[in-house]
Amino acid sequence: MILSAKKLSIGYSDGIVCKDINFCVNKGDFLCIIGENGTGKSTLIKTILGLNKSIKGEIRFSEDYDAQRVGYLPQISEMQKDFPATVKEVVMSGFVGNKKWKLFFNKAEKKLAQDYMRNIGIADLQKKSFRELSGGQQQRVLLTRALCSTDNLLVLDEPTNGLDAKFTKSFYSLLKNLNKQGITIIMVSHNIEKVTEISSHILCLKKDGCFFGTSAEYVESENAQTVSGGAQ
Amino acid sequence: MNIFEQLAYFFHYDFVIYALIVGVLISLCCAILGVTLVLKKYSMIGDGLSHIAFGSMTIAMVLAIADVYLMLPVTVVVAILLIRLTNSGKVKNDSAIAMLSVGALGLGYLIVSLFSSSANISGDICSTLFGSTSILTLSTLDVWTCLALTVFVLGFFILFHNKIFAVTFDETFAKATGVKTAVYNNIIAIIIGITIVLAMKLVGSLLISALIVFPAVSAIRLFKSYKLVIIFASIIGVVNSVLGILLSMLWGSPVGATIVAIDVVVYFVCWFVEIIIRETKRV
Repeated sequence: MILSAKKLSIGYSDGIVCKDINFCVNKGDFLCIIGENGTGKSTLIKTILGLNKSIKGEIRFSEDYDAQRVGYLPQISEMQKDFPATVKEVVMSGFVGNKKWKLFFNKAEKKLAQDYMRNIGIADLQKKSFRELSGGQQQRVLLTRALCSTDNLLVLDEPTNGLDAKFTKSFYSLLKNLNKQGITIIMVSHNIEKVTEISSHILCLKKDGCFFGTSAEYVESENAQTVSGGAQ
Repeated sequence: MNIFEQLAYFFHYDFVIYALIVGVLISLCCAILGVTLVLKKYSMIGDGLSHIAFGSMTIAMVLAIADVYLMLPVTVVVAILLIRLTNSGKVKNDSAIAMLSVGALGLGYLIVSLFSSSANISGDICSTLFGSTSILTLSTLDVWTCLALTVFVLGFFILFHNKIFAVTFDETFAKATGVKTAVYNNIIAIIIGITIVLAMKLVGSLLISALIVFPAVSAIRLFKSYKLVIIFASIIGVVNSVLGILLSMLWGSPVGATIVAIDVVVYFVCWFVEIIIRETKRV
């Protein structure tokens, strides 16, 4: 197991956004966090990353896992859209948090970055400027950066937001591939239909009790609800 | 005398040499910092701080203490607070900074007019706002202070280049992966405060933003890598300031205004070059 949460309440100083969240993530899982707007999906991500304090309960990382070795793919900010930086510079910045007192990158890191860029299919873009790329390419660059900052756990916050259907599809198959290679993934998404196909587990945040289980269980429970809803 | 003889004549004087050295050092610091400030959309913070520096200087003038002892701590503390408040989203930054900067400017002028014992108030004000003469009356201590600051700024930005890039490009990501972003923000705020106080001597408080903003925006037009943007912003900043100081001596024009005029021209040249590069690529 990598991390688990029991009776977790999340929110900010002005109130609780979501309570009684229970889930756990094992090595090799692909967990999708879904839920309507305002149910606290992004807040939960921030809590997992330690950017936001939980209100009650805590997220516990297993002892052999360093919470700071999480690879994070945030939503792209307006600022980054015209930031002068090459793809290589952005990707390499994933290594920065790894060691506190190491100021420059070593050969092993440079080689690893090249391997990841080839794996994600952006190796030929590396000298290009980040701001000249399409939205889909930018997202791939940030995914590669996230890979550089982790051994095996990726946390993605709505990575396909603003991408067209074609890019979304190829991005999901990319994630599926990474997952097969043994990388554990936690992802927030709107795209419920697509998500049940690629994920192994689903956490659905709701105001009245959250759902956590495998994707198959989730589909089943949703079907049951629609059927009982139709019968009324 | 032709221009070169005239310049050679100027270089006999220590104060000219000092002005050039300080000009180069200060514009180097401003340009390097400027890249970070412009990219983080903090340009207005630099502007606001220069007015704060002016306000605190007028108080020092009235209290008849050496201005640096008041200006430096006040400017540095306000810099740290401003960046922290902006980051936490507690302040809608543009209006807050506008209020702060114009408030400090107005209050500063009021304080000097009411309480100053100086015979030439408008002369004093003019020189602190536009730096018209102070650059030519530098002491060796000023030169050493600027040198120390520059060594610190250069060292910090070279050693921590990768971390500063990570914090500038994506603070949330940097924080999530364990970079102590607050430490870097505070160090940058302290450097900004000190740089602005020193830069007042060169161009005066109204024109400091030009030294910070113009080299960065000019370089951003031309280069697509962060490293190259920083290197060329530094070069542009230094070259513009040296040209500005020399021309102001030849023409007898105010130093600060001359440097800023050159900054503006160079910015438009960079813009023009960018358009040409883009068009030739398209063809």
